[in-house]
Amino acid sequence: MPGFDYAPAPESRSIVDIKPSYGLFVSGEFVDPVDGTAFKTISPATEEVLAEVATAGPSDVDRAVQAARSAYASVWGTMSGRDRAKYLYRIARIVQERARELAVLESLDNGKPIRESRDVDVPLVAAHFFYYAGWADKLAHAGFGPAPQPIGVAGQVIPWNFPLLMLAWKIAPALACGNTVVLKPAETTPLTALVFAEICQQADLPPGVVNIVTGAGETGAALVNHPAIDKVAFTGSTEVGRLIAKAVAGTRKRVTLELGGKAANIVFEDAPIDQAVEGIVNGIFFNQGHVCCAGSRLLVQESVADQVLESLKRRMTQLRVGDPLDKNTDIGAINSAEQLDRIRRLSEIGSSEGAERWSAPCELPDRGFWFAPTIFTGVTQAHRIAREEIFGPVLSVLTFRTPAEAVEKANNTPYGLSAGVWTEKGSRILAMADRLRAGVVWANTFNKFDPSSPFGGYKESGYGREGGRHGLEAYLAY
Amino acid sequence: MPPLLPATQRLPAVAAQDHDKITQVAARVDFTAMTASVIADLSEVARSATALRAFLHGLPGVDQVGAEQRAAMLATRSIKTTAKAYAIDLAIRMVDLTTLEGADTAGKVRALCAKAQRPDPADPSCPAVAAVCVYPAMVPTAVSALHGSGVHVASVATAFPSGQATLDVKIADTRAAVAAGADEIDMVINRGAFLSGHYLQVYEEIRAVRAACGAAHLKVILETGELATYDNVRRASWLAMLAGADFIKTSTGKVQPAATMPVTLVMLEAVRDFRDTTGRQVGVKPAGGIRTTKDAVRYLVLVNETAGEDWLDPHWFRFGASTLLNDLLMQRTKLTTGYYAGPDYFTVD
Repeated sequence: MPGFDYAPAPESRSIVDIKPSYGLFVSGEFVDPVDGTAFKTISPATEEVLAEVATAGPSDVDRAVQAARSAYASVWGTMSGRDRAKYLYRIARIVQERARELAVLESLDNGKPIRESRDVDVPLVAAHFFYYAGWADKLAHAGFGPAPQPIGVAGQVIPWNFPLLMLAWKIAPALACGNTVVLKPAETTPLTALVFAEICQQADLPPGVVNIVTGAGETGAALVNHPAIDKVAFTGSTEVGRLIAKAVAGTRKRVTLELGGKAANIVFEDAPIDQAVEGIVNGIFFNQGHVCCAGSRLLVQESVADQVLESLKRRMTQLRVGDPLDKNTDIGAINSAEQLDRIRRLSEIGSSEGAERWSAPCELPDRGFWFAPTIFTGVTQAHRIAREEIFGPVLSVLTFRTPAEAVEKANNTPYGLSAGVWTEKGSRILAMADRLRAGVVWANTFNKFDPSSPFGGYKESGYGREGGRHGLEAYLAY
Repeated sequence: MPPLLPATQRLPAVAAQDHDKITQVAARVDFTAMTASVIADLSEVARSATALRAFLHGLPGVDQVGAEQRAAMLATRSIKTTAKAYAIDLAIRMVDLTTLEGADTAGKVRALCAKAQRPDPADPSCPAVAAVCVYPAMVPTAVSALHGSGVHVASVATAFPSGQATLDVKIADTRAAVAAGADEIDMVINRGAFLSGHYLQVYEEIRAVRAACGAAHLKVILETGELATYDNVRRASWLAMLAGADFIKTSTGKVQPAATMPVTLVMLEAVRDFRDTTGRQVGVKPAGGIRTTKDAVRYLVLVNETAGEDWLDPHWFRFGASTLLNDLLMQRTKLTTGYYAGPDYFTVD
């Protein structure tokens, strides 16, 4: 009798119409770059070229900033909150209408499984626009003074791990508060941002309110350093975050940074073990571990460590790695060759420093960028894989004996973005949450996002909050 | 997976001597067929009400949100083409075709038995179902109708569905069904005793019915809709397995909610952990409310990704259902012919 092998169930690509080349989105139109060239964006699952995308040079960035400036002065900054909300609601509805197309495109360009882009990313994008649309006419009641004002033009630089979701996190609150934006998507994942530009056109958003400039680091630097922007918002690596903080130091620009993380996922002996194992898997293997708040350090109480690890390994053998467009895929492709190199390098360091490596047995496709879900046991605070952000499907497992030791180890990191606590004891959850130096503490769950919940870091994980009422603050002068 | 026993040992409620006994028995048998090297004999955990209670309350808790999330995620699996054909035939072979009505007659039961053997008269390649499930009074009819067919006769017993009868009556009920030729007995647990914390009483009732079953297989109905919490479902599952159940079954079908995906998930985790701990495999039977092929396929995915493929067999997983079978047949025909046949092409029960 044959086993229960799930036949391939690929989501159809035909819903997406990818153009051979894309220009820059400036003043409500797609334009060719003045002095820029083009770069190719590929599907990390197959290395197939998806499209050519313009590289914005300094003069293109300047043009975009001027467009945003004039839209701010002439239409968006003076528009009533109620009217701004109408546009945001309209965008949210169009995102929902085009959800399947956006999900497929996101999976193609990023490599993440369609199940995640369909069930997590795109619904959250719509939810973010709906949520901040609701705030647009209620800003006087947000706790930032009786008449908070927009700041002006925001320059926003976003990463490749949640391309469209990070766009929503940046654009929705900025627009709700009356700012205009110039946004630079990551060079490996520009496509959904460009379809979002089409959605702005479809929504009749006034030209210049949203401008999208594509390119690599130089484009981002040109944007951040542009003298006419009032606010910088960045999500990405701590390394680049430092450069940005230095670049804007001494200017009038306001900054929010959402950077790296090395979150502790803490499992106590009285945890609901089966759900904790799900949470560990979701914490580190969600989106191939390309998550700044990933639970990349498992801290498990020694008295249940063997049991938890056995269960975790058994669960990991169930993970389905492969075609991101297959509806049954749990883990997709690593976003780029560069990132795959980094994951491999750090994993080799883990082995050479004496940690024990275990990977789920799985066949990886021949083409594209792949890394099997991996755990390292026998890791201590002294290992580099316990300190550095790997940003891939690699989990470092450490143990602890007492709650105090768990807190000490969890906080012993330069980062502080998120943490998880697994215990059936409510009082312990509250006590741990008080003592963990992390922006988000999840209790008996992990990687749970909601537009109404603020998100942001302690220490080198950055500053400022995105989401919720708190997320308005970065875009208001009061 | 290591035995779950250490969870019990953590509990202060277990007396010191209980600790020792549990630890001693834990390393007795070497079960070479499995990767786990230590198989525990848990017969001692029911030696006293205190020990049994400590053991059951020492099992890891179930987080409701997490369990429901996992079940919902598995429900998104997309099972198509060859996988779907495999799943439909497997599901048909796993059906316990059931009629449990006051209005049941010999004629109705005979009709059901005929259908159980040849679910799709137009297609001889269609497999037979696993069993026909009836009240004890209908067992002789079912036995004669199914003679030699390989389809089992299952009978509910023990004052089904409430279980609110004295133990003597429950045992007599069971014996009568077995004597009439039932291959499988579906008993209900004493939910009143369970909910008031009298676990040993529930345990002993199951033991007594188990003894009355003789060679017949015992399915223990937890009636999870009345147990209400997943923690209780996990405890009741272990309790039934410790007492000798061959199968644990979600529901009578007379109480809402009946079988749900998260409840079945928790029970599948329990049988998986129980086999890892003791070496003995126990089957699972969700019953009630499973009406469509889509539902059935989702349950099979749940089995596959929770307990594993060892349970993907009618010997270890069943569906207690009446209306499910026709939908499975309809989908089966659709897969072979490419179009949906109308309801008149499938037999009414």
